[in-house]
Amino acid sequence: MQTPVDIKPAMHCYACEPARLKVVDFPNPRVWSAMDEDWKLPKNWKEIVMDAFKDRLDRFRTFKLFMDICVRCGACADKCHFFIGSADPKNMPVLRAELIRSVYRRNFTAAGKVFGKLAGARDLDYGVLKEWWYYLYQCSECRRCSVFCPYGIDTADITIIGREFTNLLGLNIDWIAAPVAFCYRTGNHLGIQPHAYKSMLEFFQDEIEEVTGVRVEPSYNRKGAEILFITPSGDVFADPGTYTCMGYMILFHELGLDVTWSTYASEGGNFGLFTSHEMMKRLNAKMYMEAKRLGVKWILGGECGHMWRVINQYMATMNYDIAEGSKLEEPVSPLTGTKFESAKGTKMVHITEFTADLIKHNKLKLDPKRNDKVKVTFHDSCNPARAMGLLEEPRYVIKNVCNHFYEMPSTTIREQTFCCGGGSGLNAGEDVELRMRGGLPRANAVKFVHDKYGVNMLSCICAIDRAVLPDLMKYWVPEAGVCGVHELVANAMVLEGEKEKTVDLRNEPLAETEDAEDV
Amino acid sequence: MHIIISLTVSFLAVFGLVVIAFFGVWAAHLEWLFGVVIPYLAVITFFVGMVYKVVQWARCPVPFRITSTCGQQKTLPWLKRTYVDKLDNPSSTAGAVGRMILEVLCFRSLFKNTRLEFGSGQEIKYKSAKWLWLGAIVFHYAFLIVLLRHIRFFAQPEPFFVPLIENIDGFFQMFVPALYQSGFLLGAALTYLLLRRILDGKMRYISLPADYFPLFMILGLVTTGILMRYLLKVDIVAVKELTLGLAQFRPVVPEGIGVLFYIHLFLVSVFFAYFPFSKLTHMAGVFLSPTRNLSNNSRMVRHINPWNYPVKVHTYEAYEDEFREKMIDAGLPVDKESASPAE
Ligand code: SF4
Ligand code: SF4
Repeated sequence: MQTPVDIKPAMHCYACEPARLKVVDFPNPRVWSAMDEDWKLPKNWKEIVMDAFKDRLDRFRTFKLFMDICVRCGACADKCHFFIGSADPKNMPVLRAELIRSVYRRNFTAAGKVFGKLAGARDLDYGVLKEWWYYLYQCSECRRCSVFCPYGIDTADITIIGREFTNLLGLNIDWIAAPVAFCYRTGNHLGIQPHAYKSMLEFFQDEIEEVTGVRVEPSYNRKGAEILFITPSGDVFADPGTYTCMGYMILFHELGLDVTWSTYASEGGNFGLFTSHEMMKRLNAKMYMEAKRLGVKWILGGECGHMWRVINQYMATMNYDIAEGSKLEEPVSPLTGTKFESAKGTKMVHITEFTADLIKHNKLKLDPKRNDKVKVTFHDSCNPARAMGLLEEPRYVIKNVCNHFYEMPSTTIREQTFCCGGGSGLNAGEDVELRMRGGLPRANAVKFVHDKYGVNMLSCICAIDRAVLPDLMKYWVPEAGVCGVHELVANAMVLEGEKEKTVDLRNEPLAETEDAEDV
Repeated sequence: MHIIISLTVSFLAVFGLVVIAFFGVWAAHLEWLFGVVIPYLAVITFFVGMVYKVVQWARCPVPFRITSTCGQQKTLPWLKRTYVDKLDNPSSTAGAVGRMILEVLCFRSLFKNTRLEFGSGQEIKYKSAKWLWLGAIVFHYAFLIVLLRHIRFFAQPEPFFVPLIENIDGFFQMFVPALYQSGFLLGAALTYLLLRRILDGKMRYISLPADYFPLFMILGLVTTGILMRYLLKVDIVAVKELTLGLAQFRPVVPEGIGVLFYIHLFLVSVFFAYFPFSKLTHMAGVFLSPTRNLSNNSRMVRHINPWNYPVKVHTYEAYEDEFREKMIDAGLPVDKESASPAE
């Protein structure tokens, strides 16, 4: 820990621009860069951090406890994908936490005050702060370490709180600060304004019609709808998420679901989670505010990873008071009558739960052969796996819409799944080395099933995955594509009034005979 | 801190304690200090310190339910969950209790440990790695048994379970005195845990003096204990007189107990006093860890955050005000038709 931090290019993200911070009234907006000597901190930055430190110790039992009880047994050490890929010892979860813990000892424990360095304590100085920043933004808050820790020490939670400290000094990264600012104002990370949102979906309507011969008609901001649908805006914006988005649209149309999209609550993701608890709450509030305004009965959520950590673990706690007096009620599938008892608190159902239930009750006409050219494996996104436990639903769906499904090795899936390398707002372009290193364990497992079974499609239920994994695959396993689960669903669906299908949603031929040779 | 410094400092600290006790009793004849005063102070420090710690943790709120889920969630009624799922992703308090019991008694998470290995080329392997689990579990249980055996020094008559433990623990009755496995297992496990820290590069990097010190400390305890029992016998009747006196709050210091005993007792005392100020508090902390001891039911039942406070949000009205014209042009419904006074 004595080795001073060496901030390397391509291993960190660019500093936040001042305009982003102004939108959400965050402190210390200015132009700065992590490579600069001077980060232009407020004069009393140490005091700000120490006050916040004390405050968080009093408010979060996790933080307080995790500062005290780590025994440095090392069980978590080689569990972090960033450590595996970078071999930087400070990327061992235990050490990432020690960077902060050392300062805790110095300032808040008797042993640290008396014995100083001998007790593993150190003062917070400029170098230490920079080191915090570098390694806090090299943790994707994936929680893999917490699974193996005998006390469940969740380094992600420490990172979340550590990032709160950096945000008090204006030290966010732009890849997080920008989506936060956009989301606050326009409702979604990408800053898509209402009319543009609609025209993007209109473009998908045309695409869908071209492929299937069926015209789907989504509705927007419609009062009195039964269901409000919220998905990450990444699905609306970038391939291959767009195909998943078309998948949702096709599904809703075919079911005749009384569902509306919202241009205001047009973001499922929540980069506030990567900023501060307060920012998370500020952004999340839109879901219930919009549900109440539109008078819907329940909310259906799209395929997104960290979105579901927020919905499962924070949303009701933070914001349910907003929903008081609304028409929200325990979600019931209008097609199968299934009560989603497990969502009776939040009133929000995951789309793979919804679709799995439809399939179970034979409500979809499926022809899995239409997916025969893909040999699929499934990447558990960190948050649905380790902060929710959504493991079987997507698998059930995939197995019913695809004939060829292969699991990656058991040490790399389900609760032991590996991060895509770009979670928690690290999916920028400038930190590509960090992403390729962090994604190595995931890519390696894909390569394994590719070599063994000829897997050529990596499916996932996360918009960040869909943005990050294609680059990762291009680098490590170029033969594998990336798709969302509902892209596969829609491709297998037999629609009423469809024309003879020859291509899939990507406008690629359904069955590729040439493919046979490279298997 | 460099490994050599860490090791030296921790070793010297323990050695220093031994020297202090030795001279304190052998040269300065401070039997009362080492046999009565310090043990009492240590036990008080231990209890007050631990209670303080636990109260501090317990008073700290758990604002969010951030269970680490390691199995299938409770969801659709037709989706079956295994027992393992119910434990690793508990949806009820019973499940969470079960999870905690397995964690505390069987070190379940450590049991899942894997070891990373790089194969040829790009290959990465994760091998099952049970040694740490084995070392840890042997260490803790052996320590527990040794502690329980010591009850016979502090209770008259001995509680029924003490002779029972002794019988199970003392193998090969042909030896006199009976050899207790626990002491030796404890020593072996400690040696393993120590060597692991020294030999594994990752462990060396993360280890602090605060990690070596307790290991040396307990090694010191075990060594002095074993020496006393099997080699350099101390006057056991006199020892019991002293310890019973301590337990019954009628301290006596009988003549002729060997200095080795005082060294042992001093190490025990320091160990107890050190406990609440160190990572050893994990003994109590493990029960309070919110990622493990809470069920994952926050979608079913609202978890209440005692310090939840209102925040500034961007309302729909503000949003519509900014984009109204564009929304109307795009045919999107609005709450207020264009109210722009300029028209
Ligand atoms: S596994 Fe837990 S206790 Fe062990 S070093 Fe990691 S955080 Fe600390
Ligand atoms: S949360 Fe994930 S990225 Fe962060 S330290 Fe743990 S394993 Fe590494």
